[in-house]
Amino acid sequence: MLNVMKHRSASVKKFILILTIFILIASSAFAFKWPWSKDKEENNLSITGSTTVLPIAQKAAEVYMNQNSDVNISIRGGGSGVGIAALIDGTVEIADASRPIKDKEIESAKEKDVNPYTNIVARDGIAVVVHPSNSIDKISIDQIKGIYTGEINNWKQLGGKSEEIVVISRDNSSGTYAVFNKLTLDGAKVRQDAVTVASNNAAAQTVSQTPGAIGYIGLGYLSERVKALKVNGVKPTNATVNSGDYTLARPLFMYTDGKPEGLAKKFIDFIMSSEGQKIVEELGFVPVN
Amino acid sequence: MKEKSIKFILFICAFVSIFFLLGITITLFTESLPIFREVNLLDFLFGKNWYPTYCPPDLGILPLIVGTLVVTLGTMIVAVPLGLGAAIYISEVAPHRIKEILKPAIELLASIPSVIYGLFGMVFLAPIVQKVFNIPIGLNAFTASIILGIMALPTVASIAEDAISSVPRSLREASFALGATRWETITQAVVPAASSGIIASIILGLGRAIGETMTVLMVAGGAAQIPGSIFEPVRTMTATIAAEMGEAPMGSRHYQALFAIALVLFFITLGFNLLADIIAHRKKV
Repeated sequence: MLNVMKHRSASVKKFILILTIFILIASSAFAFKWPWSKDKEENNLSITGSTTVLPIAQKAAEVYMNQNSDVNISIRGGGSGVGIAALIDGTVEIADASRPIKDKEIESAKEKDVNPYTNIVARDGIAVVVHPSNSIDKISIDQIKGIYTGEINNWKQLGGKSEEIVVISRDNSSGTYAVFNKLTLDGAKVRQDAVTVASNNAAAQTVSQTPGAIGYIGLGYLSERVKALKVNGVKPTNATVNSGDYTLARPLFMYTDGKPEGLAKKFIDFIMSSEGQKIVEELGFVPVN
Repeated sequence: MKEKSIKFILFICAFVSIFFLLGITITLFTESLPIFREVNLLDFLFGKNWYPTYCPPDLGILPLIVGTLVVTLGTMIVAVPLGLGAAIYISEVAPHRIKEILKPAIELLASIPSVIYGLFGMVFLAPIVQKVFNIPIGLNAFTASIILGIMALPTVASIAEDAISSVPRSLREASFALGATRWETITQAVVPAASSGIIASIILGLGRAIGETMTVLMVAGGAAQIPGSIFEPVRTMTATIAAEMGEAPMGSRHYQALFAIALVLFFITLGFNLLADIIAHRKKV
């Protein structure tokens, strides 16, 4: 009798356990609110896109949310293409991008009745960097092209010491790669043995620990760990980027569907305010005004 | 009635995985097959240039296949001796107390997220490799192999250990009775008896190495070239998919090509898993 009871209660327990697991799985599938799902509430704003714009959006959101405690802004990276795709799919209100939107993307946006609207929130210079021990301190666009296409292989050819050049590039999903390629290589192919890394930080990290390396990173990622070269005789600084003297520069965008409205407008207005642009500058980017 | 409902619920639980397997297979095929209307299968598999975003694109994945194979081979050279050594030590040699510490420690190694291995390789191991071997860059197939080898070690060690432990005690005793030393017993009686399980452990470790993504993305250097040596940077199939899928416009050739890489990878890992299964069951029949 006791045995039967025991057996019984065990199987009931098992059944309850299985049922609980099943209900948990089922309810999580139906009721779970995905963090990136669009929220109709005015207090939520989601932003996705370029990892170059990410620190600006993140820091600005932090300050903005401190001032407006009822607001919730969620920010993700992923790359310019990911951000614009998310804007087209309607899953985010703002798409960060470090390159202008492509014609193809505008087309697919129009198909879904989305009208990407361009907001330029900052400017960014792309610095060409080498290891601090490298004696070279200036380079021309042609020389950069020579190095990245494989015609120049040794620092000796640029007047440095005899050392093999290790070319650091970025994955082709990177906005920085797209702009760098356009501004320096003129569409030529990057040599096959170029090391590709996944982020600005990884590029800076790799250059800083590789004596023969050359790489390119956003101005905001410059530090004493790497040495920024003068390009065509101009040092990459905020002033030279803004004046247009430094040629490896680009605007940074926040795309919205149509003119920004509601919280998206308030947030972009905040970034464009003197307080927001101060954040931009503190992060090493170039303010637009 | 109750019995039936439980049966049904369990049936659903078990079939969820088949449902997903089917879904994944169908997606892989439907998304990737259109590329072969544009690009010859042989050109795709044996083309030496991977420039997917240029116009016209070069979609040859040989450098990626070679990258994957080189890293996987290197991984096995690291993981198999270490894993088997650890398995033999734990099951045959180690005193009970050491065994109690070692086994969970090795299993803990398996629970570390791969991004942390990647970070470790990138920041710590790569500069050391670069200096020790006096090579231009530390992010290469060699460094990736070492890190992946450590990651595959728990798979090899724990499955091999299970196989060795399950060799019947009578076999060992018989060997000792014939006058064999401990070493002779291990190498000539126990290990051969457990060989099918050991081979399965190696193949599962191999599967782990081939499928690993984050670590190779961070450590292998990412150059889509056929490497001249193990000290050159390489780009694996998994890293390529992970790094490029984000930007490939949906339905574009690049997007389809990435799915086709996934399909090739799927067949490779499927093949290894089948092989492991066949070998693991061979001796039981």
